[in-house]
Amino acid sequence: MPTKQAVKKSTGKSGSTKKFEAEAINKKLSKSEKLKLYKKIVAIRRFEERSLQAYNQGKIGGFLHLYIGQEAVATGIVSLMEENDHIITAYRDHGHALAVGMTMNECMAELYGKYTGCSKGKGGSMHYFAPDKRYWGGHGIVAGQTPLGAGLAFALKYKGLKGCAVCFLGDGAVNQGSFMETLNLVSLWGIPVVYVIENNGYSMGTSLKRSSAEESLAKRGEAFGIEWSTCEGHDIFEVRSAANKAMTYARDNLKPYILEIRTYRYRGHSVADANHEKYRTKEEIENYKKNKDPINVLKTKLLADKTLTEASAKEIDREIKAEAEASAKFAEESPYPPKSEITTDVYWTVDNDSDNQLKGTYFFND
Amino acid sequence: MIPTINLKELIFSTTRKRDTMALITYREALKQALAEEIERDENVCIMGEEVAQYNGAYKVTEGLWEKYGDKRVIDTPISEAAFSGLAIGSSMLGIRPVVEMMFMSFSYVAFDQLFNNASFCRYMSGGLMNVPIVVRGPANGGTNVGATHSHTPENLVANHPGLKVVCPSNAYDAKGLMKSAIRDNDPVFVMENTLLYGEKWEVPEEEFIVELGVANTLKEGTDISIISHGRCAMIALKAAEILQNEHAINAEVIDLRSIRPLDEDAILNSVRKTHRAVLVEENKPYCGVDAQISHLIQYKAFDDLDAPIHRVSAIDAPQIYSKPLEDWQIPNEQRIIDSVLKCLA
Ligand SMILES: Cc1ncc(C[n+]2csc(CCOP(=O)(O)OP(=O)(O)O)c2C)c(N)n1
Ligand SMILES: [Mg+2]
Repeated sequence: MPTKQAVKKSTGKSGSTKKFEAEAINKKLSKSEKLKLYKKIVAIRRFEERSLQAYNQGKIGGFLHLYIGQEAVATGIVSLMEENDHIITAYRDHGHALAVGMTMNECMAELYGKYTGCSKGKGGSMHYFAPDKRYWGGHGIVAGQTPLGAGLAFALKYKGLKGCAVCFLGDGAVNQGSFMETLNLVSLWGIPVVYVIENNGYSMGTSLKRSSAEESLAKRGEAFGIEWSTCEGHDIFEVRSAANKAMTYARDNLKPYILEIRTYRYRGHSVADANHEKYRTKEEIENYKKNKDPINVLKTKLLADKTLTEASAKEIDREIKAEAEASAKFAEESPYPPKSEITTDVYWTVDNDSDNQLKGTYFFND
Repeated sequence: MIPTINLKELIFSTTRKRDTMALITYREALKQALAEEIERDENVCIMGEEVAQYNGAYKVTEGLWEKYGDKRVIDTPISEAAFSGLAIGSSMLGIRPVVEMMFMSFSYVAFDQLFNNASFCRYMSGGLMNVPIVVRGPANGGTNVGATHSHTPENLVANHPGLKVVCPSNAYDAKGLMKSAIRDNDPVFVMENTLLYGEKWEVPEEEFIVELGVANTLKEGTDISIISHGRCAMIALKAAEILQNEHAINAEVIDLRSIRPLDEDAILNSVRKTHRAVLVEENKPYCGVDAQISHLIQYKAFDDLDAPIHRVSAIDAPQIYSKPLEDWQIPNEQRIIDSVLKCLA
């Protein structure tokens, strides 16, 4: 049982940032690996900016929950994934998707509801999946993914594979019963799942203070004997450092871990949330952008260690913008799914009934 | 010459004589109902996610927190099971909470509270208690948000004796049914529709209610009965207009308004007159509300039927995200017209 003292809490105060780059997990990064991280977070930003443009042009409808501001969290954690590690998240899922290597084309086409989308236009913005990349969604119901994350980790343990599942959730999602039930279960059964609480301070228009009685969210783990810590989410090296400890702990000890990462979303809850400057101040938003923008923070560091030059950074940005633009063109030119697609992918057995062996009626249309 | 149909007026011409009317949105009608009931009864309060300070995700409760304060309009964490159950418990001591589900889809995380506790407490106590709560929120597809956010669970609710459920199709019914639901001594689900929130209808300025269990004839007709509920009733009405103008078919359109209790007489009387029925609902077909209505008609009006009963419902699959496909998946005018023509063939 972890005692209070055993629980490590990183405060992530500024000034200590040097330390994170010096840590082994970051120090070992080659120049090209660091560049790759940089390109990923820029790609997430530019992809989403382009998707927003498409939304505003009326080419995408429904909900669009942008990850802008939080990019270093998914990018940092995905960069630590080992062969048997899996991830799962909620509806704010574009960043995680690109981080695991889904292409802009398939992601953009999905937003457009096109047949070439990652889910053939069936899932939409909130429901991206890439099992081949060990990315299990993309889930629209708040905290609905939290027991699933436990299940992924349970399966690893069951099969005797060394790995962990990382399950992302928001600061609002912690108040769902399913999450609290799952915390007990994963601790009781010794399941190697890491819950990453992406604490961006708000659940829709509700600040953390107004939704959680106790402001330290990760600390809830103590009630279940779960190790926890917190860190800042704007510096990808800090994210990697904290997440590496959490993931290693889970893998090595077959135990759960809760990592609360303080981050910020620049945009409204979804694009439809036009009110987001009413429940928080403009200064608060500007302040974060100015001082903690994850792209700028990383860029500054990579300029300093000569991984980047102003010119190469500009060139990367240009290339990535072009890629995002091309994905929009790809999406636009792609076809919608045919009507017959409405009733495929519902049942495995129906989809795989090549020899017409199925008994019973599966669909009930007049 | 066949007269054209005035959608806005027909809706309640059969239900009451004209008062002074105001043209208001479905959203505004709901808000008026909530405000009037808060004023009328000190035990009425509203709770849900973003209902107070944010003015509601869909602005149904806009201004109510400002006017009535923290005690009557209460923001909750994202804990549907907890606040639904809390509402049920408080109703045992006489509070009359109106619980907003930001989407009715989210009621699924509170399934036990709503479908076990709200529905069965009265029964299991041998009638010693009752649960006067309202659960309200949008229950519709057609908004391009995918399968997890597009549920129309009126059939699930109706399948639980002890629960009541209504599906207002227009602003008049939204206001009248909401007021009845709040005054009702049993748990009532009010299934709203995000696509209707911004639509306007004439609503009396004087106070009124619409009783649960009373259907509405939206359009009288002689050739076929189109029976529907919720937004589909409005689509059915438009389809009837096209049928009248382009096919010289005089369809009767019945809006059930209330699913449980159900106005059986309205359904049977209409079918006895027209001898044919097309049932239209947005829900998936299997075990849907219209499966029960179809049974009712064949059981009680078998000899009156000149053709099999036809159904138009969502194409039987999880809700697809892709907008043009979703628009085809849920009932639209064309699919209703096709079905009517088939039924009359
Ligand atoms: C069960 C359920 N209730 C409500 C919602 C509507 N909803 C979607 S996201 C959200 C806020 C979640 O906030 P948080 O967990 O902090 O994540 P963030 O959006 O900040 O990433 C709400 C209320 C939902 N999708 N599912
Ligand atoms: Mg949040």
